[in-house]
Amino acid sequence: MDFSFSPEQEDLRREARAFLEANPSPSMEQLTELGWVGILRSGDFSFLDAAVIFEELGRVLYDGPYVLNEVAAQPGDDVWSIEIDGFVPHLEKVTRVLTADMQGTGAAGETVATVDESLGLGRLSANGTEPAEGTWEDVRRRLLAALALEAVGIGSRATEMALAYAGGREQFGRKIGSYQAIAHSLVDAYVAVELSRSLAYWAAWSVAEQDEQVDLAVAAAKSQAAEAAVLACEKSIQAHGGIGFTWEHPLHRYYKRALWLEGALGYGREHRAQIADSLLS
Amino acid sequence: MDLRDTPEEAAFRQEVREFIGQNLPDGSARRGARRFEDADREWSRRLGAAGYAGLTWPKEYGGAGAPYSHQAIFLEELARAEAPSHLGVIGLGMAGPTIMAWGTPEQKERYLSKILMADEIWCQGFSEPDAGSDLAASRTRIEDKGDHFLVNGQKVWSSFAHIADFCILVGLGDPDAPRYKNLTYVIVDMHAPGVEVRPLVQITGQPEFNEIFFTDVKVPKENLLGQVGEGWQVAMTTLLHERGTLGFALAATLDVAVRKLLALAKERNVTDPILRDRVAREWVELQALKYTNYRSLTTLTKTGIPGPEGSASKLVWSENNQRLTKLALEILGSHAHLSDGGGYADGYWQDQQLRSRGNTIEAGTSEILRNIVAERVLGLPRSR
Repeated sequence: MDFSFSPEQEDLRREARAFLEANPSPSMEQLTELGWVGILRSGDFSFLDAAVIFEELGRVLYDGPYVLNEVAAQPGDDVWSIEIDGFVPHLEKVTRVLTADMQGTGAAGETVATVDESLGLGRLSANGTEPAEGTWEDVRRRLLAALALEAVGIGSRATEMALAYAGGREQFGRKIGSYQAIAHSLVDAYVAVELSRSLAYWAAWSVAEQDEQVDLAVAAAKSQAAEAAVLACEKSIQAHGGIGFTWEHPLHRYYKRALWLEGALGYGREHRAQIADSLLS
Repeated sequence: MDLRDTPEEAAFRQEVREFIGQNLPDGSARRGARRFEDADREWSRRLGAAGYAGLTWPKEYGGAGAPYSHQAIFLEELARAEAPSHLGVIGLGMAGPTIMAWGTPEQKERYLSKILMADEIWCQGFSEPDAGSDLAASRTRIEDKGDHFLVNGQKVWSSFAHIADFCILVGLGDPDAPRYKNLTYVIVDMHAPGVEVRPLVQITGQPEFNEIFFTDVKVPKENLLGQVGEGWQVAMTTLLHERGTLGFALAATLDVAVRKLLALAKERNVTDPILRDRVAREWVELQALKYTNYRSLTTLTKTGIPGPEGSASKLVWSENNQRLTKLALEILGSHAHLSDGGGYADGYWQDQQLRSRGNTIEAGTSEILRNIVAERVLGLPRSR
């Protein structure tokens, strides 16, 4: 039993973190130069390598189609998005869209206004389709794991912001992080995110290994990680006080992404219903 | 990353499984409340003789010197078989490691192997009526009388004291010394004159733990651990081990509880979607705790220091167990109020639900554990 990333994967994480801190919104061309595009199709990398990148992209609130393009894992030079719950993220930034019936379609349609303004969500208009490669079962597993990993990145960042703030901000002559009401609330955020991180890594490993428990793992990870990210953002906003509630502070963007992740491919209860069906049958 | 057993781990798991199958006393599985029966002592001896009691103890102290992963596998297999744990949990997890760290060669020779074989049972004398989480406020007097220590005072919440042979006792060594430098740590013979144990009946109706009264108890000088006034540091070693090695045992007991919960939900044919959602959540929470322990274990195996993510294991486990047992009662419906379960599991859930309220108090209250995570893991400023 070894529940850690390899030294090469840790190197990749360091490289990704440094790059994304300087370039939080990289173009597909930049990502291609880094060798990250087509990572799952190359045969040289596993889903665990992709998992490292997905989590790091979550930390910087990456706002492009890269994750969905990798999860779709289609051949050719098109940039793909995936229709999720009737909407297509980043519709205007992609050339093809994968639908649940495993058809590829041209990326035509209208973009809608969303609470998380970085989603670029669109509705597909009727379009010519042609069969895509692979099965929806596999795409859906990869997608749930990727959403979980992105949520872990969001939850971690939101918690870190709150810890930094609580360690610096003073009221009544003391750092507010020394008050147990603040500290214990942030411990709960940290613990929830760490627990869900374990589930997300388990899910990523299960996808990489096509483990027999993969469906339970991705359902558990996605539901728990998205809920933990929402919790961490809410506790972080609270710990920040008024500033955390303002448009200028980045927290609300993390929060809105977490809320999107919570609902994408079904809220937690839908996944837990599936888990219950499996466990109680 | 590979979450499967290595071939070597798989072989060990198989060996443990066979051992449990051949040695587990009849009727010890599926027992409700924890009891301390002769069967448990015999079972503990067998665990000791087979080398499973001190798996991670160094070989020089009679342990197996095995990697931590073996300890995790062993506990998982015990849980799978619903087998009772070794009676000497205080000795194995707290007194033993403390003696290894602070004891003299004579003390190590005298005490350690008898812990493994369950020949001698240990209890812990830390908490007092006026010193709970605040151990440094201890008033139990450990007076230096030149050729011996004289102990007077009272300890509470002491599990196993009624069957214990020895107690690890922290008390006030020097009343004039500043806080944290005033404590002394000794080993007390529970059969010595002046030691009186009174069972404390818990809200379950079971006397699982005890009060210990010490009246002019003479403790030989050679029973001192560390130096006079060094009791705080010695006690921190004990508590580190209490909290540090507990994660896997806790996940294993939660695993048993989740298995029973799933069986109950099936037996009662739970169709209510809200109840099903909550049952699934408990299963998910168990996986989260289990895999978080694995992450921490991997860090421990690779670096010798457990990962920070594991520090919240006990905090998480206790809250999970409280939620889960209440859910089980809700599934039982009107039977929930019948102390014998009304035909369901002999009142197991009723007992477990009440017992679970202690989970967030014993071995560090959740409030203290949150302070520890806040300060030591998250680096937040101290609250005191």
